[in-house]
Amino acid sequence: MLKIDREACIGCGICEDTCTFGAIEVVDGCAVVNEKCTLCGSCVDVCEAGALAIERAEKSSQADLGAWKGVWVYAESRNGRLAQVAFELLGAGRRLADDLGVELAAVLIGANIRHQADELVAHGADRVYVADHPALADFTDECYSRVLSALIREHKPEIVLAGATAIGRSFIPHVASEMGTGLTADCTALEIRAEDRTLLQTRPAFGGNVMATIECPHTRPQMATVRPRVMKALVPDAGRAGQVVEVQPASGALESRVRVVNSVVEEQEQVNICEADFVVAGGRGLDNAEGFKLVRELARELGGVVAASRAAVDSGWIGYPHQVGQTGKTVCPKVYIACGISGAIQHVVGMQSADTIIAINRDPAAPIFDVATYGVVGDLFEILPRLTEKLKGGKST
Amino acid sequence: MDYFLTEEQQMIVDTARQITDELIIPQRAELDEKDEFPREILESVAQADLFGLYLPEQYGGFGGGCFEMVLALEQLGRGCIGVATAFAASALGAYPILLAGSDEMKEKYLPEVATGKKRAAFALTEANAGSDASGIQTTAVLDGDHWVLNGTKQWITNGGEAQIYSVVAMTDRSKGARGASMFVIENTDPGFSCGPKEKKMGIRASSTTELIFKDCRIPKERLIGKVGSGFITVMKTLDLSRPGIASLGVGLGQAALDEAASYAKQRVQFGKPIISFQAVQHMLADMAIQIEASRALVYASAKHIAAHPKDMSKASSMCKVMATDMAMKVTTDAVQVMGGYGYMREYPVEKMMRDAKILQIYEGTNQIQRNVIGQELNKEYT
Amino acid sequence: MKILVCVKQVPDAKDVRLDPKTNTLAREGVQSIMNPYDRHAVEAAVRLKEAHGGTVTVLSMGPPQAAEVLREAVSCGADEAVLVSDRAFAGADTWATTYTLAGAVRKLGGFDLVLCGKQAIDGDTAQVGPGLAWRLGIPYVTCVRRIEGCENGLLRAQRLMDDGYDEIEVELPALLTVVKEINEPRIPSLKGKMKAKKLEIATLSAADIGAEPQCIGLAGSTTQVVRVFAPQMTGGKTMITGTVDEIVDQLAAKLEALR
Repeated sequence: MLKIDREACIGCGICEDTCTFGAIEVVDGCAVVNEKCTLCGSCVDVCEAGALAIERAEKSSQADLGAWKGVWVYAESRNGRLAQVAFELLGAGRRLADDLGVELAAVLIGANIRHQADELVAHGADRVYVADHPALADFTDECYSRVLSALIREHKPEIVLAGATAIGRSFIPHVASEMGTGLTADCTALEIRAEDRTLLQTRPAFGGNVMATIECPHTRPQMATVRPRVMKALVPDAGRAGQVVEVQPASGALESRVRVVNSVVEEQEQVNICEADFVVAGGRGLDNAEGFKLVRELARELGGVVAASRAAVDSGWIGYPHQVGQTGKTVCPKVYIACGISGAIQHVVGMQSADTIIAINRDPAAPIFDVATYGVVGDLFEILPRLTEKLKGGKST
Repeated sequence: MDYFLTEEQQMIVDTARQITDELIIPQRAELDEKDEFPREILESVAQADLFGLYLPEQYGGFGGGCFEMVLALEQLGRGCIGVATAFAASALGAYPILLAGSDEMKEKYLPEVATGKKRAAFALTEANAGSDASGIQTTAVLDGDHWVLNGTKQWITNGGEAQIYSVVAMTDRSKGARGASMFVIENTDPGFSCGPKEKKMGIRASSTTELIFKDCRIPKERLIGKVGSGFITVMKTLDLSRPGIASLGVGLGQAALDEAASYAKQRVQFGKPIISFQAVQHMLADMAIQIEASRALVYASAKHIAAHPKDMSKASSMCKVMATDMAMKVTTDAVQVMGGYGYMREYPVEKMMRDAKILQIYEGTNQIQRNVIGQELNKEYT
Repeated sequence: MKILVCVKQVPDAKDVRLDPKTNTLAREGVQSIMNPYDRHAVEAAVRLKEAHGGTVTVLSMGPPQAAEVLREAVSCGADEAVLVSDRAFAGADTWATTYTLAGAVRKLGGFDLVLCGKQAIDGDTAQVGPGLAWRLGIPYVTCVRRIEGCENGLLRAQRLMDDGYDEIEVELPALLTVVKEINEPRIPSLKGKMKAKKLEIATLSAADIGAEPQCIGLAGSTTQVVRVFAPQMTGGKTMITGTVDEIVDQLAAKLEALR
């Protein structure tokens, strides 16, 4: 419940302005909460009079949280290949494990994947649990959940991380349910609160307009899925030592009510904007599909790829696979050139971790300049063709 | 302006608006460019129950009248007159059956029209007969239990896309207009065919073809109403349908103003948005005045007509003339406000201007409408 | 086939903007809408009903005004609507939400198929579908982009993967979450809207579904929000100025250096 201290409330209305859900109104000089309240806590943070509080019922914690130790990473493997996000998670997990002074382990599930364990060790894992079984060749939520849940139950790690990929986002919620614990989806930052070893999980919410930091206070493990391309992988060290533990799944764990009949890889339609070093992105400022040509030409010259804001995709100038942002892909290239993109937060969350961001926009007040390394206020239709031309010239000399 | 619509009427507006914004506007340029009939959009229109809007509930309709139809057509007209014409023509084809057909005939055809499973068309015009119905040369001759039709209809909307055609043919040429009768032709009838699609200036999403009757034999029950009543049925049909054409003009004018005004706010010349110049403001103001005046007349006429008064032809003609002349003027001015951009196909107003022209021509030219109004006045002031 | 669709009323995220001055969300004019993915789930359910017969029930957990999205679903072809609503549900995370929804689903009973949108656009967690399936003890498939057929208690579908798609078979009863590619939701029909207007929406309270107080709302949540803050912009920007030629020269030099 949101408690309002009628004595302390000065009726300033800041809470009313802050509430995204329209759940607070000032009536007769005092804040009143209605049923739209989601207990998000935004109003409590802004109330200078200290009149607001969220009352939480004290919750009995799962017995002995201290019995849970270690950081785990689910290392996704599909079609004979480890997902890049597995290495990124190991990079993040290594840092958390070192902060906590515990071991970092990876869990590998699949068929004929034993050999991939060494790569995980090289990327920072102290230990790798391998569940290698022909029945695990295809991803099914039930089998993968049972295998991972059984391992968690046996070894009691305090933290379990997975990639926010199609697979991770599908079966990790099931694992969290199985463990009766909380799960935070799509995290972009993870930190340990030193005083109580709690994992602080930060994620965009509300279409990326708000960042929320979330904790899982009473239950273990603390579970999170992490956006690909946000965390940095460690430089692999082939000389690192680690232990590989082979796990035999219980036979009951391998029965599934879902059967994969066929797996189709659609490489040709994939636009791998996530892997490129140079990304040139276009937005509404390009005016039309024709304007998008300028972006394509610059991208080609740089040996990079074309990306787009949601506005450009919605206008039909370019396909959805090119979309960067909250509802599209997250990219982390060396250079991101934003052309005619205003920089709505929904777009920015998808590209802000690029090493260098160049923004070109007509409007000097465009928020994209707030994240840019270099900003140019000017006309795209003049700058882009000449820049492409200049780069061409530069190469020949 | 608030016209105090009922909850149901607002529902109709909302439904038609959603179809217009989500389906028609994103596709209209392509349909126009490719001369493409909007089959998928019309399926959604059918799904939303709009094809039965004006039909009685006993035939699976929504039980609305002329005014409800006007509300829906205004919204569709805001999106594309071509698509809206394809929709409206089905109603035009079904009105004769609704107004003059036997119960069995209504039972047979109207439910399929109401669900949109079948589309209807109305066939009056010929090479030598448009405004002058007595010039019709298509004939229908009774041969035992069948009527046999011969002749050619011209510029028939929904030609080739409709399954049900309400056709005017002469059963007694000596009687002039009084010798005309109406028949239902099905697209599968022997001796019936459609010509190639005409190439038009505007409303290119709609289909316009010839209808060709070569010893086309149909059961005698396909006669709509009585022998010789065709001309009266045609007049009653057009009285009901014309406010719909008028509302297309209102929707189109509104769309043109919306485009022109938002452009004028963005377009900067001499350091200011052009909407701040009085020359532009006055053009936009005149557009707004004419649109709102037309809308008011169309709504009032449609409500008036719903009661089937004696002077419905006059009301129907007046709103058609006013709103469609307005649409031509307003779309032309919208192109003018947008200057060179307005003339380019990249922007929607040049299409609006091309589409506007047909509104002054079809379902009775605006000159004929003025004749009707003049003749009524002549009668009133005896 | 008896189908249940879970729908959620959400603020239209694309209209939500951050006020750069106050760093608060501008809520002016932000509409409440049916979660866009849920519209596709409703459409999928109605198409299955049209192909195989049966009924479609829509279920929502939320405040009383969430009845609006249930009416919208009915106007798009759903047959019945149930709202689970109680002040005690406020502050629920996905764990408490699935507990509540599962209680309602069990109370209603007998569904062959439960459909959900892939995720809700306010939270974007994509956890309620899988969590609900676990609570109900039924198999599930996420991110379904096509339902290919359904016979003899087996449903065939395609699920979207990061690198393509999987063709799968799942035993019914089951839960599916759907992506937008699965269909184009229909525009609500006039008759549907009339029906929705008149429809009595059954409301279930916490007591009606026999919920334990410690399992619902904030108390039943396993996660807690520690802090909510505006995303930080981290630019450290340098503006490049000059004539077009000068700008182009500087940009080209920087890009060459980064190549």
